[in-house]
Amino acid sequence: MAALTEEQTLIRDQARAWVTEQSPVRKFRQMRDEKAPLSFHADDWQAMIDMGWTGILVPEKYGGSELGYLTLGIVLEETGRQLTASPLLASAGIGAAALLVAGSDEQKQRILPGVVDGSNVVTLAVEEGPRHDPRQLSLAAMSRDDGLSLVGEKTMVHEAMAATHFVVAVRTSGHAGDENGMTLVLVDAESEGLTLSPLSTVDSRGYASLSFSDVKVSEEQILGSVNSAYVHLEQILDRARAATAAEMMGTAAQAFDMTLEYLKTRVQFGQVIGSFQALGHRAADLFTEMELTRSCMEGALQAIDAGREDVPELCSLSKTRTGEFIHHMSNELIQIHGGIGMTDEFDAGLYLKRARPLEAAWGNQAFHRDRYARLLGF
Amino acid sequence: MAEDLTSFRTQVQAWLSEHFPSSLKSNAAGIMEAAFSENGLSADAEQWRQSLADAGYGAPTWPKEYGGAGLSDSQAAVLSGEMANVGAFNPIPGLAGMGVTMVGPTVLEYGSEDQKLRHLPGIASGTVRWCLGLSEPNAGSDLASLTTKAQDDGDTWIVNGQKIWTSGADRSQWCGALVRTDASAKKRDGISFLMLKMDQPGVRTRPIKLIGGASPFCETFFDDARAEKDDLLGPLNNGWSVVKRLLQHERQSQTGAGAPSGSGSAALSIQDLAKKYVGTTESGELADADLRSRLTSHLMATKAHAMTGSRIREEARGKVEVSAAASILKNSATIVAQVRSELTIEMMGNQGLGWEGDDFTPEELATVRGWLSGKAISIYGGSFEVQKNIISKNILGLPETTQKG
Repeated sequence: MAALTEEQTLIRDQARAWVTEQSPVRKFRQMRDEKAPLSFHADDWQAMIDMGWTGILVPEKYGGSELGYLTLGIVLEETGRQLTASPLLASAGIGAAALLVAGSDEQKQRILPGVVDGSNVVTLAVEEGPRHDPRQLSLAAMSRDDGLSLVGEKTMVHEAMAATHFVVAVRTSGHAGDENGMTLVLVDAESEGLTLSPLSTVDSRGYASLSFSDVKVSEEQILGSVNSAYVHLEQILDRARAATAAEMMGTAAQAFDMTLEYLKTRVQFGQVIGSFQALGHRAADLFTEMELTRSCMEGALQAIDAGREDVPELCSLSKTRTGEFIHHMSNELIQIHGGIGMTDEFDAGLYLKRARPLEAAWGNQAFHRDRYARLLGF
Repeated sequence: MAEDLTSFRTQVQAWLSEHFPSSLKSNAAGIMEAAFSENGLSADAEQWRQSLADAGYGAPTWPKEYGGAGLSDSQAAVLSGEMANVGAFNPIPGLAGMGVTMVGPTVLEYGSEDQKLRHLPGIASGTVRWCLGLSEPNAGSDLASLTTKAQDDGDTWIVNGQKIWTSGADRSQWCGALVRTDASAKKRDGISFLMLKMDQPGVRTRPIKLIGGASPFCETFFDDARAEKDDLLGPLNNGWSVVKRLLQHERQSQTGAGAPSGSGSAALSIQDLAKKYVGTTESGELADADLRSRLTSHLMATKAHAMTGSRIREEARGKVEVSAAASILKNSATIVAQVRSELTIEMMGNQGLGWEGDDFTPEELATVRGWLSGKAISIYGGSFEVQKNIISKNILGLPETTQKG
């Protein structure tokens, strides 16, 4: 844990207490079993708004507290521990980041106060194919009268069913693969021609694909300038990666704690299984990996807060290392628990199923290793 | 606080410009090589050593009365930063063998006032070199099964037995040795930590040649060797506590992941070295995609290791506890250093297979030797596996079954 300020420590303790008491993993299970249409509990979401979590990134003049990315990460880590589902990451994290990076003052003034009070849920729509590759995006936006007309598809849009607005990356010129020719637009969820299809995913979280059939976008809905959004998009995605990594860290750390507890209590051959060196060494490896991963995760968030030059490298580092760790940890969670780990009644499976979509989100390990190498010039 | 550091920094800069001979600039390897050759330190290097010793900068955080400068950790960081800026190097920790990094901090903690005054100034000035007699042929990872014994004959301790892996024993003036002082006690309870002179008839050393060709370690034989009664460090039969602390200091000194000694490729980053030997595609990527991916993972591990060291220091507000974190960092440093050597050898291809001669550059040969000598990193200071035992038992609280006794 980074050296926290007093305020950050208070927020962490509050988050941990609330998540443990009010939104433990059995609430996520209940939501899954009930197939709740929004894939989260409205009362949990309201509680987060009331605690001020939706304003952590937002400057005071737009109604927030602007405590920064590390503070948001601290909260996301705690919600990640209990698999709490809500639009916190998607809207107050990534959606707010998109507006802060690319929006004009007028756009921020129009949207962000609603993100803070929960009346707006803003979510990012980037993905189009099976693998993350923002340069390949091809959703077409044609010029028309005083704006654009969108035609195409987006997929894996997080918390889409709850969204009031989508930040959509579109292609206004050039071809798939070009960095030039991209534009970011803010699309109202009620827009004519926009169809949402919920996706049933392995993690039981809220995702949908979006179909745009001549969806009209006015000039004031364009975030930043036309054709040159790639730089902004990368900045937004890096913030998404760093914040997602914080949630992944929490999920993986809880999986570690569950595993360690089991090693200390499960008796076989007349002794607790944690006394076997083969398992003790695996626990030691996992713990070492967890500590190294935590440094990368926190380092990326701190770099964003400090406006440092090496944000892209550190976000790719963070996303890769948290991806590696949550992958390894969620597999070991099942393996070390043995048969009970395979049952739906036990929580291990929920952690494994949460892990994979997070690993893929905003670029998997392979994507970010390649990006890291390019950023380092080889 | 910040103000203090600013004026201290100015003071250090002035001191360096007065005392650091420019002839020694950025030549750490040369200084140390000369120090251990027949010639010894050059005149400039000797003068520089003396200047450091006079200022207490050889072991700057030690109290002044024992040869240090009484600096805080943050002042010491300023000192080493400013020294690095002008290409200066502190040869004293190297000259003192195990003195500055391990023996000294342990004497500071466990030693009597008399012991501190007798032993620490020689270490802090780099004039007395220390080795450590810990491992024995049959007591490696299971260190507590050691059998070298010390008997009290009334006036002195009489020491008999054999130590192994005593680094620099053939060049040391003093040895800190673990000896059995009570054969009837449980094995960890009958051990004491004794300091004895190496230059005496009862001590004999024999260098051990390693796979990399060098002989950094010795076997050391004690045959009725003598130690003074007041050179027992810490209480009688309490040597296990002393050595645990000593090994934590050792581990801490091994938590950095600097280039392995002998690696002559400091001038080029490993990715540039890879490009040089392997070549690139038209778009500038390393031509070997598999190597590129593994090299990236290695660079990420290196960065994660460095960030973890800084995070732990930051969380501890400058006071790093030599305990839990050290085992994690030691293992992580080991992986980083050994993987770097393996990758470098691999990317050099046939040029990474030379032993000696003109068909290979000195850098290539040094990389091969460094790769081989680096195999020791996961063995010394508590092996990779012993560190995992420490993590699982001391940090994670899992029950102990692997270490008996």
